[in-house]
Amino acid sequence: MLQGVNLACVRGDRELFKDINFSLETGSLLQVRGPNGSGKTSLLRMLCGLSNPAAGEIFWNGTAIRSLDGDYFADVTYIGHLSGTKDDLTVIENLRISSALAGFEISANQAGEALKHMGLKGREALPVKVLSQGQRRRVALARLLVCSTTLWILDEPLVALDVMAVKLIQGLLEQHLQRGGVIVMTTHQEIEVAAASIMQLYLA
Amino acid sequence: MFMWIIKRDLLLAMRRQSDVLTTLFFFIIVVSLFPLSVGPEMNMLRTMAPGVVWVAALLASMLSLGRMFANDYVDGTLEQMLLSPQSLSLLVLGKAFAHWLVTGVPLVLMAPVLGIQYDLPADALFVLTAALLLGTPVLSLIGAIGAALTLGLRGGGVLVSLLVLPLYIPVLIFGAGAVEANMAGMDFDAHLSLIGAFLLASIVLAPWAAAASLRVSLE
Repeated sequence: MLQGVNLACVRGDRELFKDINFSLETGSLLQVRGPNGSGKTSLLRMLCGLSNPAAGEIFWNGTAIRSLDGDYFADVTYIGHLSGTKDDLTVIENLRISSALAGFEISANQAGEALKHMGLKGREALPVKVLSQGQRRRVALARLLVCSTTLWILDEPLVALDVMAVKLIQGLLEQHLQRGGVIVMTTHQEIEVAAASIMQLYLA
Repeated sequence: MFMWIIKRDLLLAMRRQSDVLTTLFFFIIVVSLFPLSVGPEMNMLRTMAPGVVWVAALLASMLSLGRMFANDYVDGTLEQMLLSPQSLSLLVLGKAFAHWLVTGVPLVLMAPVLGIQYDLPADALFVLTAALLLGTPVLSLIGAIGAALTLGLRGGGVLVSLLVLPLYIPVLIFGAGAVEANMAGMDFDAHLSLIGAFLLASIVLAPWAAAASLRVSLE
């Protein structure tokens, strides 16, 4: 479904990586690994369509993503380093607004359910600025529960989460793969996810 | 989606009222400083009024441009907006509209009151308000391009004024011109029609240009 061909990334006059090739089928997970500064985030941003590769092409269902535009974005959920939440809005407002902007409107009940599942019950009406780092991460990740996209691109999703939350997220990832989704993620932790195929990509 | 982005930005503005009030008070103070410094020479004040009010409106609207995208850029919500399946231009239009509601509309409402300080006759006050009502959305729309282009740059605040102020000049000329024409007993329809034309052109072109700039800024 998702295919990268001869991808290269150049930052300034430094070449971060080149000739990256991979092909992901439904139900598979790609874990991108490598030391700090090796271009993991740059690669993920390319896969989202936020930046263009210096060379090579990314294909989604056989079509180059740069010619797909909006149709591609409807299939992708990206959760990056930045949480993508507004400090001044409450937890539930954040979830409902970010979902609506991503193209699927959810009711207050649906949002409440998702937040309960993420262990944020009772905190729905708090502004995000009073939450801890881990709780903010949970708010951002709650989007995964309410979205209906196929491709999940997650940049260090497990950072700042406690052991319980890590288990919860791994469960979510497993369910998504079983439904035929595709996941590309970076993490320094070992992940324990049962999947049809788990690929690892090392950037050096 | 268009409604959601407006609702979101208005909600954020309500939670941070100080930002909105700073712009409005800046406008009020700048406009009020002139009669105090120039002295109570009625004829001179009347001649100056349209120009002063319009320049103050330009500066006030520019003061808040930095916030249009910068906060969303810092916390990653702008990134998410770029990944929205809906048109980014529409989203920018929504943000510019929200910016106008928050910064432009209070100026328009305040202008007739401030005009009294300059001893403007009632019909001139009406023309001034009408011209501002048509012209301030143009300021927000053109400003969106400047804000998008300077996103993430150091010293972007100064740069945005250099980029955007020259583009505001036509609106300024015809906006102030409408009031002057009215006071000289001439027809002001042509001036207002031209501002209306600027408004329509910027509704079509500015969101598209700002969206393209955002894509470049976030790459």
